[in-house]
This record gives sequence, C-alpha cells and structure tokens, in this order.
Amino acid sequence: MPLLDRKGLKQNPFVRAEVVDETAGPNVIVPWAQVQAALAARAKDQQIGVDLPNNVAYGDVLALADQLALVTIDFPAFTDGRAFTLARRLRNNGFQGVLRARGNLIADQFPYAFACGFDEVEPSEAVYARQPEEQWLAAAGRITHTYQRNYGDAGNILDQRRAARLAKEQAHDK
Amino acid sequence: MYRYDQFDERFVRERVAQFRAQVKRRLDGSLSDDEFKPLRLMNGLYLQLHAYMLRIAVPYGTLASRQLRQLALIADRYDRGYGHFTTRQNMQFNWAKLRDVPDILGLLADVEMHCIQTSGNCIRNVTADHFAGVAADELEDPRPTAELIRQWSSLHPEFSFLPRKFKIAVTGAEHDRAAVKVHDIGLRILRHPDTGETGYEVIVGGGLGRTPYVGKVVREFLPRRDLLAYLEAIVRVYNADGRRDNKFKARIKILVHEIGTEEFRRRVEEEFAQLDGPTINADPEEVARIAAYFAPPAYEKLPAKSNAYEAHRAANPAFATWADANVFPHRVPGYAALTISLKAIGEAPGDISSEQMRLVADLAEKYSFDELRVTHMQNVVLAHVRQADLFAVWQKLCEAGLATPNVGLITDIIACPGLDYCALATARSIPIAQALSKRFADQARQKEIGPLGIKISGCINACGHHHIGNIGILGLEKNGVENYQITLGGDATENAAIGGHLGPGIDAKDVPDAIERLVDVYLAQREDGEIFIDTVRRIGVTPFKEVFVAKTHAKSKEPENAVA
Repeated sequence: MPLLDRKGLKQNPFVRAEVVDETAGPNVIVPWAQVQAALAARAKDQQIGVDLPNNVAYGDVLALADQLALVTIDFPAFTDGRAFTLARRLRNNGFQGVLRARGNLIADQFPYAFACGFDEVEPSEAVYARQPEEQWLAAAGRITHTYQRNYGDAGNILDQRRAARLAKEQAHDK
Repeated sequence: MYRYDQFDERFVRERVAQFRAQVKRRLDGSLSDDEFKPLRLMNGLYLQLHAYMLRIAVPYGTLASRQLRQLALIADRYDRGYGHFTTRQNMQFNWAKLRDVPDILGLLADVEMHCIQTSGNCIRNVTADHFAGVAADELEDPRPTAELIRQWSSLHPEFSFLPRKFKIAVTGAEHDRAAVKVHDIGLRILRHPDTGETGYEVIVGGGLGRTPYVGKVVREFLPRRDLLAYLEAIVRVYNADGRRDNKFKARIKILVHEIGTEEFRRRVEEEFAQLDGPTINADPEEVARIAAYFAPPAYEKLPAKSNAYEAHRAANPAFATWADANVFPHRVPGYAALTISLKAIGEAPGDISSEQMRLVADLAEKYSFDELRVTHMQNVVLAHVRQADLFAVWQKLCEAGLATPNVGLITDIIACPGLDYCALATARSIPIAQALSKRFADQARQKEIGPLGIKISGCINACGHHHIGNIGILGLEKNGVENYQITLGGDATENAAIGGHLGPGIDAKDVPDAIERLVDVYLAQREDGEIFIDTVRRIGVTPFKEVFVAKTHAKSKEPENAVA
C-alpha cells in the first residue's frame, strides 16, 4: 500500500505481522488484538506499531502509548469519520508518536487527516489507482486556512484575526 | 448584517475552486460516483427525480437586497425563473445542471454567499429566529452566535463525516420562533438567574424524521465564552458514539435516547473537561467583531403610532386585513416588521419568481435598511419598515401577487417539495397544500379560524415538519396509492410537542374534508379567544379523533354497501 505525508510518497519502514519474533524485522505493525503479546515478545531494538479499528477506547491506547512507535487507525469507509475523532482524542491527551490514517479514505480528506493529528496516510490500492500522488498533494493545499482553532493550522482564521487586531492595537499605542 | 472580511472571502473562493476540481475529477473518473456523492451533497447539490437540485445557504435566513437580486439572476440564467425557500431558511433551485454549478458558486461568492453544508452528514446551515433584532421579547440577537457557529462549523476537519446530518438553531427570545427544541442542538440565550450574566441553555437530541423527539436540556447554563469548546465536545461524543449501523437510527436524538440524558451529559462533560477552552474558543473581541455587524440600523425617531398608517387602515379594509395578519410589532416606536407571504392561494408554498425576488429586493432597499429575512415558515420578512410606509409597500406587493394576508393562518402552509421533485418522497405534498389553500381561501373564514399551522411532509423524513404542525399531514405510499396520515396537537414553539395520530391514513381527495371536520370541532368547542392549539390541549385529541375515525370508517364501508 502507498504511504503519503505532506511531502508526498514515502517509504514505509514497517511490515505487518500477526506475531512478533526475531524474523519479523526491525519495525512491525501488529493487529490491536495482538499488541500485548507483541510488546512482551519484542526484541530490544524492535519498534512496534499497531493497527487500530476506529472504535477502540482511546484510554486503552494511551495506556500503551509510550511503548508504541506507530499507531494506525482504520477508515472502513471514507464516510465513517470516527478515525478523525479517535486521532483528535489521542493527540488531545498527549499522544506524541506517529499517527497514520489507513484504509478507504480519499484524497479530499487528506487535509482533514492532518488537521486531526495524523502524520501520514496509507490509502487503499484501489483508491490510489484512481487518485495518484498529485491529487493528494493538490487536495492538501486547496483551502489555505480554515476557522477551527487548535486543529494544527497555525494560520487559522481566528488566530489571524487576533494577530491583525493586536498589531492594530500596538500601532495605535505607539 | 455580517460582511465577509478578507479571510472569509478567500475561504469561499477557495471552496469554489475546490468544488470545480471535484466536478472535474468526477468527470475524469478520479472520483467514483459513491465518492463524489457526499462531496457534492456537502456543497448542496442533490440528484432529484428530474434534475440536480442546488440548495443555497442563507445563514440564519438573513439576506441583503443585492444577494436576493443575484439569486434572481441565477434563477433566470440557470434555472426556470424561480426559486424555492425551504424550512431551513435556504433557497433551492430545482433545475440546475452539474456543469453550471461551479459558475453558479462563483456568482454566489461575488455576493458573499455559498452552498457549504446545506446537505450531507455534517453540520448544516445554522438557523435563528426570523424576528431577531425586532421582537420585544428578545434578550439578545441570536445572529452573532449563529454566525460564529457558521464559521466554526464550515469545513470542520473532524465533523464533516458524521453518522448523519446535524442541525443547530439559536434563539434569543422568550417565545421560540426557531424551533430550538426539535434540533440536534438548540441554543437558547438566557440570563443566569443569580449573576445576571448572559449565556446559553443547551438542548440536545430533538428532531423530527421517523422518530420525533423533543430535545433534552444537557446544560442549563453555559457561559458564553465556552460555546465552541462545548459544541466541540457534544459533536465529538456524537461522532464517536452515534450509531452507524442503521441510517434511520444515526441521528444524535437516538444516541441521547438510547443511553439516556444523564449518561449523554456525563460523556459530554467528561470530554469538555479535557479540552483547553482558550485554545478553542473565539476571543471575546472576535465575538464582539461579529456582533458589531448586527448592531441596530439607524432608526428614525418616530411617534409610536403613525397617523398615516391608521388613516390608511380605516380607509382601506383590504389593507387592514393584510396588516392584521402579516404585520408583527417592532420594538422600536413607529416601526413594524412585515411578513411577505409566499403562500398565495393555490400556489406552491415557498416558491418565488425572479421578478418577485427583484421587487422584494427593491422594497427592502427602499423601506427596510436593505435587509430581508427568510423564515422557516417559507415566507420573507422585511424587518424594519416605518409604519407610515406600510401602505406603499402593500400596494407594490399587491401588484406582484405577494400581498396574501394569511401569515400564521390556516393557508400559511409549510410543505416540502414532495414527489413533484424529491427522490425520497413517497407522496406529493404541494397539491395537498394547494387543495387546502383553495378550500380555506375565504379571508373572513381564515380570520375566524385564527392561528393554525398546517405542515405537510411527503415522506417519513419530515422535511415539512408535520410532527410539529398543529395539524400535520404525512404523505405515504400504500399499495401504489398516495395515502395521508393526519396528526394533531404538534407545536413548534417553546411549548414544543409532537402531534398524535388521529387514525388510519386517507386518500388525497379526502384530505380537505378531513381537515375541515377537525376545524369544525375546534370552532364548536373553543372558548372565548382560544386558539386552535389551546383548544386541542384543553379538550384533548379524543373529540377530534371520534369525528375523524367515524367519517373515515363510514367511507371505508361504502364499497361494501355498493356491492351489496
């Protein structure tokens, strides 16, 4: 599956496995159901990632956050927006690791994924065949700024208005 | 009214370009039909029975004259010379072509308008009291709050793929003209009983559709500064926990109902407590910036009563009749708010021709500070007219066929587009409205009956709000024939109530007789000065039901008798 971030296609250092042992490689993604076993079995230098469904209790993930190098959240259908909320909740509660959106999301959702705290996206082959890299990158830049504060957009409209107001006040003070 | 700044302007222009690219990507196959559908819906574009329908946002129903003129131009150039005002205070065009839509959006952007989130499983156009800034019972103008929410909800990264559509309404008055109790979120601006500070009562989980509920109070008093963070908490809980297994159980009202108000409140408050309010909420200065656009216009100092107005009333009974029905008192002495009825006898409710749009725009410019309102009753309001000018306005309206004196009366019927246009409909609505309007056309009789709201939906989705009609009519399909269920006792106001069924459904041709019989029960039973809904409350549904069922039963016996 292709992997993209804000700059475009990138190498995926992780492989997926059901069970972790020394043959699994240095960077392994396991299903959520196997994560406890994987963390117990991993070698010292092995990085563990986990594939989450979109309806996991975020507290359960946060409890393991320090040990996880990567968390991916599934989009079973692009119309199912739960992964956006799960990502937000993980970020709001201090998750610092890499967050990846995975599955059936479409290029038009690329900027939403970043805004909600994802770092990268792993779309399905079928979608990517119709929507190649340039469509994802174009979608990311279509709306330069939106109205929501605290969604990763440093130049969001409310903050820009505040900055303009403060600049005006300062000019007035001088 | 609100005006775009450079940021709003850029945002809407970029949105037009984004949709243009999405249309192109649909046509070249990059987007599948299934993928394009929610994207076009979030831009107000539906595929209807005969053509695309484009729904244009009229945020909280406020329009400037130049905006209505632009809608007239679009109606002439891209539609069939008319538009249709909806129960969400929006305008719909029923004959748009997909290839024209990006250009229409460009024309809308030229006058600070858009189609953002007029459909789709996202936060829809925010509605508000159409007498905002006018009504004497208003504590605060709800429109700055509605505008703040409009901006916050636009292209929200987290809340654009919700389980189902999400509707928010705001009122700042004692008397609820915005139906806040039947919205996903209803906000009522109120004063804290102890501190006197203004804030919001937050009502969640109201709604119509196939399972109607009156909303529950989730927060009795929310400080004004916390609004956006609290909304974020509510919608986040809904996005995570709302049902997605069944489209008909996906609205927030079902979640609130299934887990209970207490548990829902607990989840929202838990989420809200985790949020860092100041990083989310708008600054008080930003709220004030928006509010400044809704400052009262430059009213003249006038005597409370206009002699000219009184003289015209005395000399012209037709004018007096119209004024009695269509004029609403204004809190500023010498002014009045007037409702232009789009319910001419025998016409489709809410329809307006491009010529009429231009006339109304001209009247607003000349007589009402260049501003109009669209009501959820599908009428148009000129909010600030000098009483002395009412006669001149009325004369102009008469010439254009817009002086129907029936606001709030039995022929001021709400109806969805129904099977004449809508792909979801199971029955026609407009012909039922037309037949009832003709049946009760007599002005003296309408006045005698007094305030009575009939609301008609052409399917269970209830776009015509039949549940909250004093008399509600729901069109269904039974064995290939249109069949109409009648409900009684619904109320859209602060006394919100869902109407009760009267009995088995009836044929289209029997609807006017059935409604007439209900009205007769009321006329026979009412006490002095009692309006329809109050009589229903006092005597209950039973006397109405008896008459309704007796007649329906008699009718169903007829074929058997005929055979015998």
